[in-house]
Amino acid sequence: MADEALFQFLHSEIIQYVNSVETGESENGRCVSKLENMGFRVGQGLIERYHGRSVFILDHPFTKDTPRFKDELDFMKFICKDFWTSVFKKQIDNLRTNHQGIYVLQDNKFRLLAQLSAGKQYLEHAPKFLAFTCGLVRGALSNLGVKSIVTAEVSVMPACKFQVMIQKM
Amino acid sequence: MSRQSNRATDSKKMNSELFTLTYGALVTQLCKDYENDEEVNKQLDKMGYNIGVRLIEDFLARSSVGRCQDFRETADVIAKVAFKMYLGITPSVTNWSPAGDEFSLILESNPLVDFVELPDNHSNLVYSNLLCGVLRGALEMVQMAVDVRFAQDTLRGDSVTEIRMKFIKRIEENMPAGDE
Repeated sequence: MADEALFQFLHSEIIQYVNSVETGESENGRCVSKLENMGFRVGQGLIERYHGRSVFILDHPFTKDTPRFKDELDFMKFICKDFWTSVFKKQIDNLRTNHQGIYVLQDNKFRLLAQLSAGKQYLEHAPKFLAFTCGLVRGALSNLGVKSIVTAEVSVMPACKFQVMIQKM
Repeated sequence: MSRQSNRATDSKKMNSELFTLTYGALVTQLCKDYENDEEVNKQLDKMGYNIGVRLIEDFLARSSVGRCQDFRETADVIAKVAFKMYLGITPSVTNWSPAGDEFSLILESNPLVDFVELPDNHSNLVYSNLLCGVLRGALEMVQMAVDVRFAQDTLRGDSVTEIRMKFIKRIEENMPAGDE
């Protein structure tokens, strides 16, 4: 078992690195998309691993009695509960949807922001700390067969909202 | 008090696949960004160093390890406490130089390379080079200048993974008053 501190240091070092490669104002978007892409690969990998061991999806109590993942909402519930717990050791605190393919996942104490000041001081840097995770969710959904766009926003640290827009195939 | 710190340690265990895969994504990105493997190795070492200088604080705060008397004790702490705590493995310490200033850490398994295969065109890539930087950075913060490098790597066909550590010198520093 790896230690969480190690991941957090690695994560901030990755942000630091990507940021140093992509300098300048106009590169900010590139920086975020690079982080997002790395998260995407990791998210895909995680789902593959879970599938391989059949722990998460096949034997999950939630999917045992019902046909598994009968709709979009099931996928999102999986992300909010199992996936989030396995990655961040807590569930998403609130899931909302407009029933038209948009889901808002709220985490009141997002782990990768917990190390930053809870004030407004570093608010402008928050997107960098969320990009990897946006990719993580998009990658996970992608390997479950759901195409999506994931964005994140922070209004008060360390709470944040991830918005998932499902792309209709 | 100690019980409390134990509990804190337990709760810090995490999904190591997330760590392994994230590290893999980083190395992949570096290979895209840099032309040659040497540059990637250098960058990984640098990032590891940055992690090491911060990780040592986390380590000293959470383990009850005090100042090491000699390099042998340092080796033991690294292998039995630090590696155990952060990667969940306990490398063996072997191949001491007669002067006692050089030793090897033998890793039976390396969590960083769990799902990794090196393509042929990256023969010079030291995939886990981050670890060298981490060790170097962490030890530098406790006034030890140490040379760290991979001597063998299972990824490159060796039978074991071996990290060679060589003590260079004690870093003399004017410590702030009252600081241990």
